[in-house]
Amino acid sequence: MSARQTQGPLVTWIEDRLPIFTFMRREIVDYPTPRNLNYWWNFGSIAGVMLVILIVTGIVLAMQYTAHVDHAFESVERIMRDVNYGWLLRYLHMNGGSMFFLAIYIHMFRGLYYGSYKSPREILWWLGLIILILMMLAGFTGYVLPWGQMSFWAATVITNLFSAVPWVGDAIVTWLWGGYSVDNPTLARFYAFHYLIPFLIVGVVWVHLWSLHKVKSGNPLGLDIKGPQDTIPFHPYYTVKDNFGFGMFFILYAAFVFFAPNLLGEPDNYIPANPLVTPPHIVPEWYFLPYYAILRAVPDIGAFGFVLVSAKLAGVIAMFASILVLFALPWLDRSPVRSGRFRPIFKQLFWLLVADCIVLGWVGANPPAGLFLTIGRIATAYYFLHFLVLLPLVSWLEKPKPLPESIAAAVTEGGGAAG
Amino acid sequence: MRRLLMAGVAAVLVGVCAPTPARAAETPEVAARDWSFGGIFGTFDRGALRRGLQIHREVCAACHSLDLVAYRNLSDVGFGEDEVKAIAAEYEVVDGPNEEGEMYTRPALPSDRFVAPFPNEQVARIANNGALPPDLSLITKARKGGPDYIHALLVGYVDPPEGFELTEDLFYNAAFPGHQIRMMPPLFEGAVEYADGTHASLDQMASDVVTFLAWAAEPELEARKRLGVKVLLFLIVFTALLYAVKRQVWSALH
Repeated sequence: MSARQTQGPLVTWIEDRLPIFTFMRREIVDYPTPRNLNYWWNFGSIAGVMLVILIVTGIVLAMQYTAHVDHAFESVERIMRDVNYGWLLRYLHMNGGSMFFLAIYIHMFRGLYYGSYKSPREILWWLGLIILILMMLAGFTGYVLPWGQMSFWAATVITNLFSAVPWVGDAIVTWLWGGYSVDNPTLARFYAFHYLIPFLIVGVVWVHLWSLHKVKSGNPLGLDIKGPQDTIPFHPYYTVKDNFGFGMFFILYAAFVFFAPNLLGEPDNYIPANPLVTPPHIVPEWYFLPYYAILRAVPDIGAFGFVLVSAKLAGVIAMFASILVLFALPWLDRSPVRSGRFRPIFKQLFWLLVADCIVLGWVGANPPAGLFLTIGRIATAYYFLHFLVLLPLVSWLEKPKPLPESIAAAVTEGGGAAG
Repeated sequence: MRRLLMAGVAAVLVGVCAPTPARAAETPEVAARDWSFGGIFGTFDRGALRRGLQIHREVCAACHSLDLVAYRNLSDVGFGEDEVKAIAAEYEVVDGPNEEGEMYTRPALPSDRFVAPFPNEQVARIANNGALPPDLSLITKARKGGPDYIHALLVGYVDPPEGFELTEDLFYNAAFPGHQIRMMPPLFEGAVEYADGTHASLDQMASDVVTFLAWAAEPELEARKRLGVKVLLFLIVFTALLYAVKRQVWSALH
């Protein structure tokens, strides 16, 4: 049904020049969606809403914030104390970042469990990973802006990672800083990037959705859409289901914002940045803790007493590799069956991976010594073992359970939407 | 400066990348206390705020600044306009330049921030044996354990355990990381005479001043919790309605 049949002359006039109504109807209203999506499929749109909230609150905060080492901390406190509802904007933004990462991590683990990265969704998966990397840059640059102790020292530690690059490392770090230490030029450029990156994310999200609408949503059974009997229109079925999901997620979000706004933060960031005082523990935000654990887990690599790769460089490589390995996932997991529901061994490995990531996060929050270091090393090794060895092996060894004939057949049997 | 910074960076990276023994200076565990401003419906006890302000002015403010709080902020928590003016007027601030180009001192106004005891960091250090008393504006947010920790610190001046080697000029404190603190015991039984006649026990004074400092750190707390209750109630009802709509819409499919 085209817009032309139902609308008046103005809509027809616009349609003839820019078919925007047809486009919206095709992609938002009629868009055929598998009829068996469960609630794990809510988190993509939840992440989208969080992105919008972050951009809106961020723009308003930017009107009050001062990106200068002498004024940044105080300008944030002025927002908290003197700007009308400034505390609300800032807590929405600060906790919104955490909620965005939470939604994205659930969205990604859903993709891992249901094989959402498999053909023909490889590019869709890559675009998602690019969004994750951009989010990490946005999260990191944003954490530096209040210019508290953790801001300053996180910026110092993370930018210093690049000094591990052979030969040109120090030059890169100086270039990143815009000087010989983390200082005003660093803060100013971090602010510029923090404002820019979310719009890049919007762009990549757009392409992510473009790709999604080409290959269509996956589903808990991992079966292809075989005909109209397998799908329902996006509106009203998934608009209403998404809206219910937003409501549930906002309850959690609001609980943090209004009753525990600093629970996920570090007390040290309420101390103004001081280059002369190093905090006893430098820890990143919770969503970076697993990577931080990997960074610190790797020892010097060498043989016969020679160090070939220093622990620092090896840690940096391992940390970046932990994300880069995900780009190869569509080819590491060779099983033709998408959904973990029909893969008995894969399913168990999936939950082990979830546990491994939680252990890495826990280790990342603690000093890298003694038992924590040992656990961190085992967990890091297991992370790579999972993707590089176990997944290829399992997809070869495992005998999947029989697949249902079609989405429609499974749904009419009554087992479609559960699990 | 640069060398110092690089040394700091190196120290951090060693801490980050290499195994180091667990630090001795962990924050000791402090017991959670019931605060008037705790919980979902918490509000600052107005009596405690008044007594806390008195302790701040008579004890803490001798060494500690409160840079982010203005006298006018007191009117948000029950101080009358004249009262705020009178409190502010007891302090002197440097203002200017005037039309002759001269700086001059004048009594503080409600719009001024709490007047700091020392004009700059160097003077503060000289007056305090080299240590810098931290600004208290955010102190309950800036320490692990928050108000519980500050309270434990204020009542934590006890005799050191046997065999504890106390550095000269430092005081033993049960709550302080490392147990050696440069701040003199600020409070003792009867250190102030409360205007409202409350008995000034150590615990009472510590609780009162922590309530005041918690307000100084989070003046938005009451408005935040009040709004939060409304927002949560709305969201719960609205989400329940959305769930009903979802069931209704999807019932056509099943």
